[in-house]
Amino acid sequence: MDQFLQHLVNGLVTGSTYALLGIGLTLIFGIMKVVNMAHGELYTLGAYAAYGFVALLGVNYFAAIFLSALFGLAVGAVIEYLLLRRRNLAAMDEVMLIMIGVMIVLQNAELLVWGGVAKAVPSPFSQEPIVMGGVSVSPTRVFVLGTAVVLLVSFYMLIEKSRLGLAMRATFQDKDAAKIVGVNVSRIYTLTFALGSCLAAVAGALLAPVFVVSPTMGDLASLKAFAIVILGGLGNLLGATLGGFALALIEEFGAGYISTAYRDAIGFLVILVVMVARPQGLFTKKERVG
Amino acid sequence: MNALRSSPLLFAACVLALALLPVLWPDPYMLSVVASAGIFIIAAISLNLLLGFTGQLSLGHVAFFGIGAYTSALLSLGFDLELPGLAQALVVTPKPVWVAFGGGIFVAGLFGWLIGKLAFRVRGAYFVIVTISFAQVMRMVAINWVDLTEGPMALNNIPPLTLWLPGAGTIDLVSKSSAYWLVLAVAVVSYLLVAALVHSRVGRAMVALRENETLARSIGVTVTDYLRIAAIGAAAIGGAAGGLYAHTVRIIDPDVFMFMFTITMVIMVIVGGKGTLAGPVVGGLLFGLVPELLRGRLTPEVQWMLYGVLMIVILVFMPRGIVPALTRRRKARPAVVQPVARMAGDTR
Repeated sequence: MDQFLQHLVNGLVTGSTYALLGIGLTLIFGIMKVVNMAHGELYTLGAYAAYGFVALLGVNYFAAIFLSALFGLAVGAVIEYLLLRRRNLAAMDEVMLIMIGVMIVLQNAELLVWGGVAKAVPSPFSQEPIVMGGVSVSPTRVFVLGTAVVLLVSFYMLIEKSRLGLAMRATFQDKDAAKIVGVNVSRIYTLTFALGSCLAAVAGALLAPVFVVSPTMGDLASLKAFAIVILGGLGNLLGATLGGFALALIEEFGAGYISTAYRDAIGFLVILVVMVARPQGLFTKKERVG
Repeated sequence: MNALRSSPLLFAACVLALALLPVLWPDPYMLSVVASAGIFIIAAISLNLLLGFTGQLSLGHVAFFGIGAYTSALLSLGFDLELPGLAQALVVTPKPVWVAFGGGIFVAGLFGWLIGKLAFRVRGAYFVIVTISFAQVMRMVAINWVDLTEGPMALNNIPPLTLWLPGAGTIDLVSKSSAYWLVLAVAVVSYLLVAALVHSRVGRAMVALRENETLARSIGVTVTDYLRIAAIGAAAIGGAAGGLYAHTVRIIDPDVFMFMFTITMVIMVIVGGKGTLAGPVVGGLLFGLVPELLRGRLTPEVQWMLYGVLMIVILVFMPRGIVPALTRRRKARPAVVQPVARMAGDTR
C-alpha cells in the first residue's frame, strides 16, 4: 500500500508538469492549428534560463522562475512573429517542418552556448524529504506540484473568465467570425503562441532543480507532450490536463510494477493504442478548447 | 519530374559519371563520404514515395531503416533467443549475407504494411505523431531487448556483403571503392523501382490522392490500398538502406533509430524537391557533401543551425524545393486545359 501511495505521489508531481507542457501544446494546436515541433525546446530554454539566472547571475530561484516565464513568453512571441505571421497555417505539414527547423536551430544553439555537459540547478529547499506515513517526498517536488497546480488553475481562469480568454475561444471556434466581431486574430495568434511557450518554459524552470539540464532534454519532453495531447484530444485543454496526469501515472505505475527500462516507451505505446482505438482522444467527444 | 522518361540519356550519363568516380578520383576518404551520403539518399528516395507522392508526412521513417539494419545484421550473425512459452531457445544460425540483406528488406516491408494498416486510419497531425511514436518504440526496444540486440553494447563484426565474380570467386565488398559501387547499384535500382512505380497507374493514383483525397475517392481510387502500397514500398527500400548501412559500417547500435536520421532524410527530400524523382538525389548529394566542405571550418552545432535555417528558408521561399525551381522554366508551356468556348446566351 505504501508503495502504491508513493507511486501515486510521484506520478502526481510529474503529472503536474506534464499538464503544463500539454496544455501549452494543445492550446497552440487548438487555436492556430500549428503542430509545434519546437515545444520541447521551449521547455529546455526555460530550464537553461533558470540555470543561467540562478547559477550564473545569482538570482533568487523564485525570481528566476518568473524571469524564465517572461523569457519563454518573449521567445514564443518572436518565433510566431518572424515565422508564422502572414503564413498560410492551413498548410499544416509545411508549418510543422518549419517548426522542426526551429527545433534544430534552438537545440544546437543550446549545445553551442552551454556545451553538452548536463548542468545542475541548486534547489532552494532542504534536501531532507518530508515523510508522511510510508510516503516520502522532497520539498522541491512539493513546490513543483503546488506551483504547477496554481498555474493550471489561473490559466483556466484566464481562458474562461477574461476578455482575452473569450477572444481566444472565439478564434478557436471560428476565426473569420471572430474577425468580424472585432477580434484582432493575428494578435491572438501571437499571444497564444507566446502563452503556450511560456507554460513550457515554466515547466522546464520548475523541473530544473529536480533533474539536470541538458540540450537534448527537450526531445523526450516534446514527444511526451504529444502523447499527452493525443490522450486528451488535440485542442482540448481539460483533456491535456487529465492526459498529463494520466500519462505520468501510467508511466510511474508501469515503471514500478512492470518494467523500469520501458518507462519512456509507455507513452508512445499509449499513443499507438489510443490512435488505433479512439483517435479523437480519451476525454473528448470532439476537438474543442475550454 | 519526368527526368527518366524525357531523357534516359541524361540519367544514363549521370549514372556513368557516378560509376566512374572511384576511377577518376580514387580518394578513399571521399569515396566513403559519398557512399554514406548515398545510403541516406536511398532512404530519402524511399521516404519521398510517402512524403512526396502520397503527401503523407511520415516522421518515423528511420524505424524502417533501423529494422532493416538490425534484421540484416542479426540474420547474418545468427542469434539465439529464449522466448517465454517455448521450452527450447530459438536458435538462428548465421545466414549468407545476401539472404540476410533480403530478410532485412522483407521484415522492414512487413512493418511498413503493419504501420500502414494502423497509421492510415488517421491523417495530418495524428499521422505524424503515430509515425514518430512508432520509431521511438522501436528505439526503446533496440535499447532494452539486450538478449537480442545487445542494446547499447552494439552489434559488432557484421560481415560485409559479397560479390561472386566468374574467375575471381566470392569477394568481400570491403574496399572503399567496392562499397561505393555497391551503394550506387542499390541506389540506382531503388531509383528505377520508385520511378517505375510513380509512372504507373499506381503512381498516378497516389498523386491524385495527394492532390485531393476526397476527389480521388469519388472517382474510385481505393485510397487506403494505394497508401498501403506506398508504405510497404517505402519501408522495404528504407530497410535496404538500413541493411547497406549495417554491412558497410559493420557495427550498429540503437542510435540507428535516432530522430535526427529521420530529420536528415526529410531535409534531403524537402530541399531537393518532394514529389520529384531527382529531388532526394539532389538534396541528398547537397546535404551529404556540404558537411565535408565545412568540416574543420565550422563546428557541428553551427552547421546544424545552418541546416535548420536553410530548411526554414527553403520552406518559406522555395516550398517546392530546388529541382522544381530549376526545371520550372524548361517545363513552362501553355496550359493544357483550354477554356471551353462560351455558349451563346451565356451572360456570365
